[in-house]
Amino acid sequence: MNKTVNQKAWFFVLPVIILVAFNALIPLMTVVNYSMQETFGDNTFFWSGVRWFEEILRSDRFWSSLGRQLFFTFMILIIEVPLGVAIALTMPKKGPWVSVCLVLMALPLLIPWNVVGAMWNIFALPDIGLLGKLLNSIGFDYNYTRQTGDAWFTLILMDVWHWTSLVVLLAYAGLVSIPDAYYQAALIDGASKWKIFRFIQLPKMKRVLTIAVLLRFMDSFNIYTEPVVLTGGGPGNSTTLLSIDLVKIALGQFDLGPAAAMSLIYFLIILLTSWIFYTLMMRNEEQ
Amino acid sequence: MRISKWLVPALYIFFLMLPIYWLVSMSFKTTNEILGGFSLFPQNFTTENYVKIFTDPTWYWGYINSLAYVSMNTVISVAVALPAAYAFSRYRFLGDKHLFFWLLTNRMAPAAVFALPFLQLYSSIGLFDTYLAVALAHTLFNIPLAVWILEGFMSGVPKELDETAYVDGHSFPSFFFKIFLPTIAAGIGVAIFFCFMFSWVELLLAKTLTSVEAKPIAAVMTRTSSTSGYELGLLAAAGSLTIIPGAIVIWFVRNYIAKGFALGRV
Repeated sequence: MNKTVNQKAWFFVLPVIILVAFNALIPLMTVVNYSMQETFGDNTFFWSGVRWFEEILRSDRFWSSLGRQLFFTFMILIIEVPLGVAIALTMPKKGPWVSVCLVLMALPLLIPWNVVGAMWNIFALPDIGLLGKLLNSIGFDYNYTRQTGDAWFTLILMDVWHWTSLVVLLAYAGLVSIPDAYYQAALIDGASKWKIFRFIQLPKMKRVLTIAVLLRFMDSFNIYTEPVVLTGGGPGNSTTLLSIDLVKIALGQFDLGPAAAMSLIYFLIILLTSWIFYTLMMRNEEQ
Repeated sequence: MRISKWLVPALYIFFLMLPIYWLVSMSFKTTNEILGGFSLFPQNFTTENYVKIFTDPTWYWGYINSLAYVSMNTVISVAVALPAAYAFSRYRFLGDKHLFFWLLTNRMAPAAVFALPFLQLYSSIGLFDTYLAVALAHTLFNIPLAVWILEGFMSGVPKELDETAYVDGHSFPSFFFKIFLPTIAAGIGVAIFFCFMFSWVELLLAKTLTSVEAKPIAAVMTRTSSTSGYELGLLAAAGSLTIIPGAIVIWFVRNYIAKGFALGRV
């Protein structure tokens, strides 16, 4: 749509800017302040420059949390996105049952995150939980509170349970926007199912899928409540993701300087990746 | 053919319902039965857990508190997002693209990063432990989302609608409220849904910004588990009840939910 130039439009945006700036800029400046100061807990602060940043970037603890975080995000993206698309493809386009299906599928998205964690915590318990009992009775030695592999399996399964529906909804929204004429044309040309997917459905879903990947990337990188309730970062530190580690440093040990420096590094990683995504997406859209 | 058509969605929904079933079934068991061993169905069916929640003020106030700040947040977010989304969809102005991306970056901010600064900020302006504090804090990620969704819907409305209205002698406010808003009612519904959803499920900020008066239900649950032992049945009942408001909201917007994102442009 060609838009008219109107500088007064700023007034329409002003309330949003004021509210978001209040919520974003002031806390961000607080974090920047902390990240460059040293305190001994008596409300006096000393300038410490980039010391905390160096300390964080040199610590093994940060890199291993980041490594676990990247592994988690990578795993859920390569499972949830193809799975979500596959499920959306099998959904019928019309019919009274479609909205019932969509409502049921969206249900996990609306459960408070700590309830999701608690639900899976109990569901997967090896002695009294359905999943744990089932896995043990068919011969797996499954105990997510003791074994690292099992903890990871449960964590990823929980996230797949929680968020795959978002990808399904988005992909489905993309699919229903394809006019019937496209399929009829493909039928006349005798296109195979794969060709229909590759040349009609996938290009039409490209935009919503980019949104899905972007949302899943951001949210999985920010995930905190569910793993804390499920495993508490354990056993040991094996499922301690970035945000869990951050909260441990900031609120547990009250090391504000290092925590703030870590926050900024953390935020920058998300920002940079999303910016790259966003620019690529805008370029695609303009073409 | 008819059955196989539904096979994959049905299996997927079955998988989704399993943990929910487990939670609901546990809410009808006594804590002794839960800890005593494995049972697929409640053996001694009890509604005691629900009775406790509906009669104990600390429990049911948790729900009222949560619903209060979630509604406030939804109203504030959508109200300020409407004019902004209109500006983004209709006009070009200095820095509009950068502004749009800056708004989106706030959707990316990890709550863990902001928890402590938020606590200090809202304590210093005297809003700590009020609904307004949580409602305002949640606008950080809900306003960008609402602007994004509404902008998508508004861009789908042809500009001719605006022009015809002016020719017909409508002033801007009269056009905006009487013609434009009803046209994008579906979009407003979807925006309300997503604001409600993300405010309802968020806990870290809500818990950090409250202590007694405005304590959300999710925080009541975590505190109960630590003070009075492990009352699993009660926790399961409380958890089951948190699913209901979301389920009601989603039922109202079921026909628009898929569209919400399809029209959205990043």
